Amino acid sequence: MTYGLETAEHPEKLRRVAIDPVSRVEGHGKVTILLDDEGKVRQVRLHVVEFRGFERFIQGRPYWEVPVMVQRLCGICPVSHHLAASKAMDAIVGAHRLTPAAEKIRRLMHYGQMLQSHALHFFHLCSPDLLFGFASDVARRNIVGVAAAHPETARRGVLLRRFGQEVIRLTAGKRIHGTGSIPGGVNKALSAEERAALLADIYDMVAWSRDAVALAKELHGKDPALYNSFGVFRSGFMSLVAPDGAMDFYDGRLRARDDAGDILFDQVDYRDYRTYIREEVKPWSYMKFPFLAQLGAEKGWYKVGPLARVQNCDHIPTPLADAERREFVDYAGGAPIHAPLAYHWARMIEMLHAAETIKDLLHDDDIVGDDLVCTGERAREGVGVIEAPRGTLIHHYRVDDDDLVTMCNLIVSTTHNNQAMNEAIRHVAKRYLSGHELTEGLLNHIEVAIRAFDPCLSCATHALGKMALEVTLVDAGGAEVDRLARHGDGRVSRDRP
Amino acid sequence: MNATFTLDGRPVAFSEGQTILQAAVAAGAYIPHLCFHPDFKPHGSCKVCTVKVGGRHAASCTTRATAGAVVESDTPELNAERRALVQMLFVEGNHFCPSCEKSGDCKLQATAYDLGMSTPHFDHFYPDRPVDASHPDMLLDFNRCILCSLCVRASRDVDGKNVFALAGRGIRTRLIANSRTGRLVDTSFSHQDKAAHVCPVGVILHKRRGFETPFGSRVFDRKPISARADSTAEIAAVEADGS
Ligand code: SF4
Ligand code: FES
Repeated sequence: MTYGLETAEHPEKLRRVAIDPVSRVEGHGKVTILLDDEGKVRQVRLHVVEFRGFERFIQGRPYWEVPVMVQRLCGICPVSHHLAASKAMDAIVGAHRLTPAAEKIRRLMHYGQMLQSHALHFFHLCSPDLLFGFASDVARRNIVGVAAAHPETARRGVLLRRFGQEVIRLTAGKRIHGTGSIPGGVNKALSAEERAALLADIYDMVAWSRDAVALAKELHGKDPALYNSFGVFRSGFMSLVAPDGAMDFYDGRLRARDDAGDILFDQVDYRDYRTYIREEVKPWSYMKFPFLAQLGAEKGWYKVGPLARVQNCDHIPTPLADAERREFVDYAGGAPIHAPLAYHWARMIEMLHAAETIKDLLHDDDIVGDDLVCTGERAREGVGVIEAPRGTLIHHYRVDDDDLVTMCNLIVSTTHNNQAMNEAIRHVAKRYLSGHELTEGLLNHIEVAIRAFDPCLSCATHALGKMALEVTLVDAGGAEVDRLARHGDGRVSRDRP
Repeated sequence: MNATFTLDGRPVAFSEGQTILQAAVAAGAYIPHLCFHPDFKPHGSCKVCTVKVGGRHAASCTTRATAGAVVESDTPELNAERRALVQMLFVEGNHFCPSCEKSGDCKLQATAYDLGMSTPHFDHFYPDRPVDASHPDMLLDFNRCILCSLCVRASRDVDGKNVFALAGRGIRTRLIANSRTGRLVDTSFSHQDKAAHVCPVGVILHKRRGFETPFGSRVFDRKPISARADSTAEIAAVEADGS
């Protein structure tokens, strides 16, 4: 029997109160380009709506419901929210160290999520763009086009993603809206059969992930001028790292570097995130602008996600991915790589690491264990941080003595990248805008810049070349000069005052 | 004891005084129902158990069985009517299955699936119903109440406490905790009460236990609701596990 009601393909039909804030991410990405007196690009603003309403909605709900409920925040990586919230609730129930079975099942779930999300992003959303070029025929620039021209690449992309989804299903109970992770542990381990089924496929997944890194690298190598310079700007990085400095997606401590790659802080207990990260509100965007307190609002913005993680860690604890990491780092001679298009290469290195880690976990007998939950002394406050596919994800809750949530603060990955995305667009606009007319080419390039960050906006998940996007050009006097929009169906319309 | 009626053509034996639904449950035959519980006097409010007796609509939980009666239940017409009733229940409350801990153990959800309900169809009311978390062991999430009154009956008739009551009337009817403050903590309610184990949906919940059962092991994962005459005992067993 299938449980369609639980998967909520149309959650808006079930309960509007709950869904409003989420559906607000739907629709056009809006970009405003502001010109100076000389008609040059002065500032660029990417207007996005974020999930603030959700933080309010979660208030008054029982804490054990939160890890399941927060999955509605995001249709793309719900597992990240599921786990970040669970980690925060571990603190609430006093489970400071999970049982080995619970910790490893959660890791398995998370690395499965990383695999499926990175595969989706690279193969479905970006490979058409990267394989055919940004300026190629839009009709061809999609996964169907890739399947026709590069059938094996497309097939593997689909199977990698499916494998990641299967890992999620077996650990969380379902591919989406699972319940596997609960405060203090998990509600199921793997059965021997489930383990065997995954083991049968994992070696292909590792091999294909390796090939995917090679493909990303090859594309980069074919057009280094473009890949190294497109939308480039310098900024700091932030991510979790393990106590020994290794890459870790599930747990660790915060480390940040400045734009030259020098450490700003390291091994910071993430419960203190508010001491290190501040958030600025700007009137033209719903999305807050986090910055590193140490550097201030002007200079303290940073990047998160694959590009940050691969360069922030000291090593990757699986051999194949670490070899690729070293090559990546050497590519720029040890200086930090800031090019947004290098995200793709870094993302594939991470996918390889995820596949290798899944392989190791599948060989670990703890994942079929039966000691799944633990608790300790109850606390009123919990912070859970995880490296989601798109970057550091922070969940922070307060829970009262009646077990209800009284406060919730979330900093989602895309929010960390807010300023960085704005900067990337600014650089692209500077380079590709000529005169006072917006062109479709410019629209394409802006889209490519935004998408490199893999932002968690539904506008960015439409098929490539079809991202709903509206760009407005405003002169120094504040008057609108031109407006160009591409709609979800690929139609382009101009609206010039 | 040898008297029988037919249910969708099959003979069902009944004893004097039994209603159609009671006899069907005793005989292991399924008729959809929500406000009926074999341990309590029928209440007859949800109308999901409606059948046709000799061609006439009747609530099977309150209609006496009579010898030779011809009862129809599993027909497209009756199931369509039931589906509409269930859809109305969905929109009158705030039922969001994906994040409800009773999902998979909930009679309303299971009945909806069994009747092939794919959307709520009607416009949502979105009532504003805050939860009552005042009790140390139990949580009340009124968002999901279908006003079946089973908790009222259980508390009054078995626990001898009157912890719950239905207040207001018509569309304004709502469930309340029977204390001066209106809060559950100020009643004599205990997690061991019968009333803590009868809610067919996700209102009366044992705290800190949500989502302990993985997919695949929940009551209606094991078999659909129509595979047994009545699932009340199985649902109660879930609630009883840790209390
Ligand atoms: S709380 Fe549950 S048992 Fe009580 S009336 Fe509401 S639905 Fe029925
Ligand atoms: S079960 Fe008969 S009216 Fe509800």
